[in-house]
Amino acid sequence: MMRALRNQKVRGILFQLLTVIGLVAFLWYIGSNTISNIEQRGIRTGFDFLTGTAGFGIDETPIVYNETSTHGRVFLVGLANTLIIGFVGILLSTIFGLFIGVLRLSNNWLIKKLAAAYIDIFRNIPVLLQILFWYNIFVKTFPSPRQSIEIFAGVFISNRGLYMPQPSLNATTISVIVSIFIAIIGIIFLNKWANKQKENTGKDFPVFLISIGTIITLPIIAYFMSGANFAFDYPVLKGFNFRGGKTISPEFLALTFALVIYTATFIAEAVRSGIEAVSKGQKEAAASIGLTEYQALKFVVLPQAIRIAIPPTINQYLNLIKNSSLAAAIGYPEIVTVFAGTSLNQVGQAIEIIAMTMLVYLTISLVVSAILNWFNHKMKIKER
Amino acid sequence: MENENIIEIKNLNKWYGDFHVLKDINLNVKKGEIIVVCGPSGSGKSTMIRCINYLEQFQEGSIVVDGIDVVDDVKKIKSLREDVAMVFQHFNLFPHLSIKDNLTLSPIWVKKQPKKDATATAMKYLERVGIADQADKYPNQLSGGQQQRVAIARSLCKNPNVMLFDEPTSALDPEMVSEVLDVMVELAQEGRTMICVTHEMGFAKKVADRVIFMDAGQIVEENTPNEFFENPESDRLKLFLDQILSH
Amino acid sequence: MAIYQEKQARVAPSGSKGIVHWLKDNLFSSPTNTVLTILGILFLYSIIPPFVQWAYTDATFTGDSRAQCTGDGACWTFVKMKMDMFMYGFYPEDQVWRLQTGIGLFIFVIASFKFLKSTKLKILILNLYFFIAFVLVNGGLFGLEHIPTDKWGGLMLTIVVAAVGIVCSFPIGIIIAFGRASNLPIIKSVCITYVEFIRGVPLITILFMSSIILPLFFPEGMTFDKLLRALIGITLFQAAYVAEIIRGGLQSISSGQYEAADAIGLSYWQKMLLVILPQALKVAIPNLVGAFISLLQDTTLVLIIGLFDLLAMVRITAADSNWLGMETEGYVFVTFVFWAFCYGMSRYSQKLEKQFDTNLN
Repeated sequence: MMRALRNQKVRGILFQLLTVIGLVAFLWYIGSNTISNIEQRGIRTGFDFLTGTAGFGIDETPIVYNETSTHGRVFLVGLANTLIIGFVGILLSTIFGLFIGVLRLSNNWLIKKLAAAYIDIFRNIPVLLQILFWYNIFVKTFPSPRQSIEIFAGVFISNRGLYMPQPSLNATTISVIVSIFIAIIGIIFLNKWANKQKENTGKDFPVFLISIGTIITLPIIAYFMSGANFAFDYPVLKGFNFRGGKTISPEFLALTFALVIYTATFIAEAVRSGIEAVSKGQKEAAASIGLTEYQALKFVVLPQAIRIAIPPTINQYLNLIKNSSLAAAIGYPEIVTVFAGTSLNQVGQAIEIIAMTMLVYLTISLVVSAILNWFNHKMKIKER
Repeated sequence: MENENIIEIKNLNKWYGDFHVLKDINLNVKKGEIIVVCGPSGSGKSTMIRCINYLEQFQEGSIVVDGIDVVDDVKKIKSLREDVAMVFQHFNLFPHLSIKDNLTLSPIWVKKQPKKDATATAMKYLERVGIADQADKYPNQLSGGQQQRVAIARSLCKNPNVMLFDEPTSALDPEMVSEVLDVMVELAQEGRTMICVTHEMGFAKKVADRVIFMDAGQIVEENTPNEFFENPESDRLKLFLDQILSH
Repeated sequence: MAIYQEKQARVAPSGSKGIVHWLKDNLFSSPTNTVLTILGILFLYSIIPPFVQWAYTDATFTGDSRAQCTGDGACWTFVKMKMDMFMYGFYPEDQVWRLQTGIGLFIFVIASFKFLKSTKLKILILNLYFFIAFVLVNGGLFGLEHIPTDKWGGLMLTIVVAAVGIVCSFPIGIIIAFGRASNLPIIKSVCITYVEFIRGVPLITILFMSSIILPLFFPEGMTFDKLLRALIGITLFQAAYVAEIIRGGLQSISSGQYEAADAIGLSYWQKMLLVILPQALKVAIPNLVGAFISLLQDTTLVLIIGLFDLLAMVRITAADSNWLGMETEGYVFVTFVFWAFCYGMSRYSQKLEKQFDTNLN
């Protein structure tokens, strides 16, 4: 028996057995305490609360919601708002981060240093502080609705938000949208045809210019052909606030602004490390076979740089989505604020609610990880 | 016609900041000549040949290659690089493209050839260097010697008049050096103009018309291979030969 | 056939060095660059002078009440008068000397590290310091008055949370990293599940869990201090990230090291603690510093669960009816403090990275 205990495999199994027993015992202890505590405090269990009336209002509701809606609906509203902030945040921070990253590599000393200073400043300030700071600025320094600034025709900014005209869903709007879709599909086919031409004859085709031309002129033609009237609903100052049009709340503005500025610093660094990782020799080889700087960038540098820059960038997307939960500090109604905040306060079933909220984020993380793995697999540089 | 200079370097001077890295280089290369350049590290030999295809810029002097002035002019540089090919010490193949695509990249996008023609040329030169069966593989799947041969094929694709080699075998394991040198010897025997920076003395003795010794940024001695190795005249060259021939 | 005389090095031509040349090369080398430089200067001009005017030229630094802040600029008098709250939260004024002693002792300990060689001694002294610091801050022993945690706040609370987070997450992270790297399937999967779960959810949900749900896990009588709940949440959160970083370090150790340690007869724990871990930590240090910078930034989240860290102090101090509307000054001040700490740590980490690079070579 003692000899068995010295056997490595046996020890391994014994150790794991002890761990499992320990874990189960611990979970049992927690579980039984939780059950008795819940009974004592009169907290209900189960997911029935999702059908109960919420009874509170929410300012920004991308889907239909009013005070008689259920907590289940609150969950969906919160989820929708989280996804909206995520989408807008990812889009804007990618564009901005790319921009800063490229500036960071410029050979203009002033531009390079400005970009570096931007990164060094905003990367080192806590994101919650940035959110509160910008929210404070928007709410304090922007004027009241009666004195709001008109940025251009029909677009106003005040400390209650950004107001803009909203097109109604009529013939003009629909035809313009449809024409954009047609233009995009046309461009895709044009690309395919141009590539085939290039393969067969070697000649270049001005795809880029024609694409730009198409995506501009086609919608314009559609606009004029369908009545030339979007029937905008303009925001109009009535009393103390605006009515009509589309409002973007200062909470949304502050949250998006702060998240984009913060996340863009990390994306810029990812872009920079991607491009710097492409060795000088690659650029020299490209130059010595006669490629122009633009061609070298397109065929040699960027394909390699992207492979390196994308994984950390996708990680940052995930961080942005997680950081959107900080909206709880300024009251933007995403899922943590309304569901794990207000609903939780009303219903008291912390375990179910927090578990559901965590599940949402875990699902988003898993999806993003899967996309990342797929991307890495596809782009892998083949080795021996 | 045959004895015309294809490369004329006059009073070439280059500084890195305050450091005078190339001092008054004067060199004329005839069409079809094979030149080997050797010297201790830091002597400026790589810098000099990289000036020839404008990978390095210089402050004083002039270089004329096949009638083209090497100056900061986009059009001139483009035609210069169609005429002058370079093989690098670290191969610098594009790892994300297949071997075939590495070779057809320039003909398709610079010379605007149809894909079929470019591929045919590529396969021809891959055969020439003995590596046609690897055409669909990727650079990191090949050995060092194979990669360097692909790099040579890549530079042959545009049929250059001048070929520059920057220590082509220095990064290879010993047993792969000969497969690359063999290809280079064949090219030399075809009548191409070649300038090679290398320490491979066997190669120099076999095909070089002239061997040039550089030290501390200037050309110290030049001679035919036999005279160069058997009767070195300057002290610096004697010292150098002692060091590299001692094993 | 030909040998040449030795040539002397000449001075570089004036067109290729000097300040005019630098300006030409770096700022005005092409039309695009010239335009960019001008745009850059315009941008700086539109931001820096207004800010300097608000923060310095028009600002008020003296006085002791709102009335003295007459100009258009910042009212730094507010920050000055509220400095105690920003620094110490609600800590009783007559006991603040204890906190200051703690800081002084810390500086003394760090300075003494320069003279100590043995790592063991350093760790011992550090542990002793933590005990003393805890007694100083919390009280209850040696005649020091017990200060309950709801009086802790401001920068002092931020530092407490960050320090406890760093110190406690470190050993837990190491153990989880070992577990993840082990061959025992159950241990490995438990550790992987833990890490992936924590990394997939935002810190705020972990803090909600630890502050609301944790008390439910334990019998009715056991009360959990609010700060303790937050510390547990932050520690468990950070431990997962530390574990991933150390795992990266472990992966960089070649298998030859493990084999050599086995060959000389070391047990598992001896091998890991004496041979593998020291090397893994060395590799991981720059990333560990990065994680600690993140932790420092994450401490601000405790304000959402009702603790009064440095960031929370901005709203609290600005709510004083004598000083309404001073949030902006508060935010600017707190921004500067956080930025200084985080930037300082990141420079230190860059220095460490350089040191480590040269050590490798």
